Amino acid sequence: MNTLIAIIGLGVLCLLFEIFNLRKAIVPITILGLLGVLGLTISEFNSTESYYNNMIVVSKFSSTFSSLFIVLTIFLVALGHNFYENHQSKISDYIAIKIFLLAGAVAMVSFGNLAMFFLGIEVLSIALYILAASDRMNLKSNEAGMKYFLMGSFASGIILFGICLIYGAMGSFDVTEISELSQSAELPVWFPIGIVLVTIGLLFKVAAVPFHFWAPDVYEGSPALTTALMSTLAKVVAMATLYKLLSVMNADVSESFKMVVVIISMASMTVGNIMALRQTNVKRMLAFSGVSHAGFMLMTLLSLSTSAGSLLYYASAYSLSGIAAFCVILYVCKNRDNEDVVNFHGLGKTNPLLAAILTAALLSMAGIPIFAGFFAKLVLFNQTIQAGYLALVIVAVVNSIISVGYYFKLILAMYTKEPNEERKGTPVIIYAVAVIAIVLNIALGLYPSFVLDLLA
Amino acid sequence: MNNILNHIGIENYIFLSVILFCIGVFGVLYRRNAIIVFMSIEIMLNAVNLLFVAFSTYHQDAQGQVFVFFSMAVAAAEVAVGLAILVSIFRNLGSITIDNLKNLKG
Repeated sequence: MNTLIAIIGLGVLCLLFEIFNLRKAIVPITILGLLGVLGLTISEFNSTESYYNNMIVVSKFSSTFSSLFIVLTIFLVALGHNFYENHQSKISDYIAIKIFLLAGAVAMVSFGNLAMFFLGIEVLSIALYILAASDRMNLKSNEAGMKYFLMGSFASGIILFGICLIYGAMGSFDVTEISELSQSAELPVWFPIGIVLVTIGLLFKVAAVPFHFWAPDVYEGSPALTTALMSTLAKVVAMATLYKLLSVMNADVSESFKMVVVIISMASMTVGNIMALRQTNVKRMLAFSGVSHAGFMLMTLLSLSTSAGSLLYYASAYSLSGIAAFCVILYVCKNRDNEDVVNFHGLGKTNPLLAAILTAALLSMAGIPIFAGFFAKLVLFNQTIQAGYLALVIVAVVNSIISVGYYFKLILAMYTKEPNEERKGTPVIIYAVAVIAIVLNIALGLYPSFVLDLLA
Repeated sequence: MNNILNHIGIENYIFLSVILFCIGVFGVLYRRNAIIVFMSIEIMLNAVNLLFVAFSTYHQDAQGQVFVFFSMAVAAAEVAVGLAILVSIFRNLGSITIDNLKNLKG
């Protein structure tokens, strides 16, 4: 609860800085504020409390995931210092919107009432629509914003309809009441329909396969920093929310629902990876790779009661490597109108450190040992086999192998091709964020139990 | 109020909102004018609001009606952002037909 209040206060403070003309100080102060909020969240780690008639329930699940979101936001705000240097007059708006987006994200994992869930998802989505269209003179960004807006509000409509049917069946918005009622009496048929509609809406936000068609276009068109935010923070938030929603509301998901999850998970992995193979634009490639990672994360829904830790671990591994990769993309594609692989030619010679970081990030996403991505997949596959879904794990392993193909396409382009032009100096902040993100990723890989035990 | 609901039956309210919701969905899928698409999204959200109020009366519980206020406020904020994006598209492109938005492909 305090986390949420502190974040919103920080967002308002960002807007006030604009009035007092403190734009230069805004990024450092925001980062310090977010570090303070992170400390606050960690300090109330073990408490389980509910506030405002169960509107917000702080639990271990919510505080660990909130901490992850705050860390990701710190990285994204820090990158903003360099990315928005040509838009200094609007920097407080950009930063404030990101902070409000974080508030929505925290509300989404700590809801105890469907009203809070809906408000959280809307605060997050509306902030993202603005960020996607924030480069307003650029037609591509406009188009991405419009497409994301249409798809997002369509999905919100479906989620709202689902909530309405759940309310109709149960007569309450409180998730604990709903879960008690769902185990006892004969349920009206509206309840499962409502759950399915809410799930569909969230699968839109996660970009899992039948609902992924918006992702590549929106990722390509949005400003690069917004793409980084969507592919790391927004995806992880939506996935954590879907997990929390299903685990809180109906502890034993029916077999037919699990079958659907298995099929969606397989389809996401396969379609995502195969489409990624033929992309030349790096942002599009990472969009499809994000679709396949969504498929992997959906596997956690098959063993709801035990897999919270592995979802957290997978989400951290994926999003940290995503942040590191996007740092390099931001550096390489600054002042260029596209993000084709050609731009990365010879990066290994002109800037060996950043090339090494991008390589490490991609290897982590592909699931090569030492990096956290490997152990995340290992734990996840182990759990899924124990839950009895061997076929799904086989498909997942095959997909991990396919994914190496397109990750190595980029790595080879960096090390074997000749550089096509000289690059000027790199801002320190990009180095700092990239190095910290990748070091955190490797540290997670070396000590997986640190994260896995948090939610065991 | 409860009497009317007994006469009409909650099912009919559900059918009405499902029909309205589907009109909205088809509007989003088939119309090409961005303003009409926005209106269709509003129809979807308002169909749900109608159902919330009907359920609220059915359960004799005020929560559903309060939720409608939330969803109306959210829908207003959402459409404000959507219109802002539309204005910037109109400035760059001079039209609001969403068929013109196909630069992103691959």
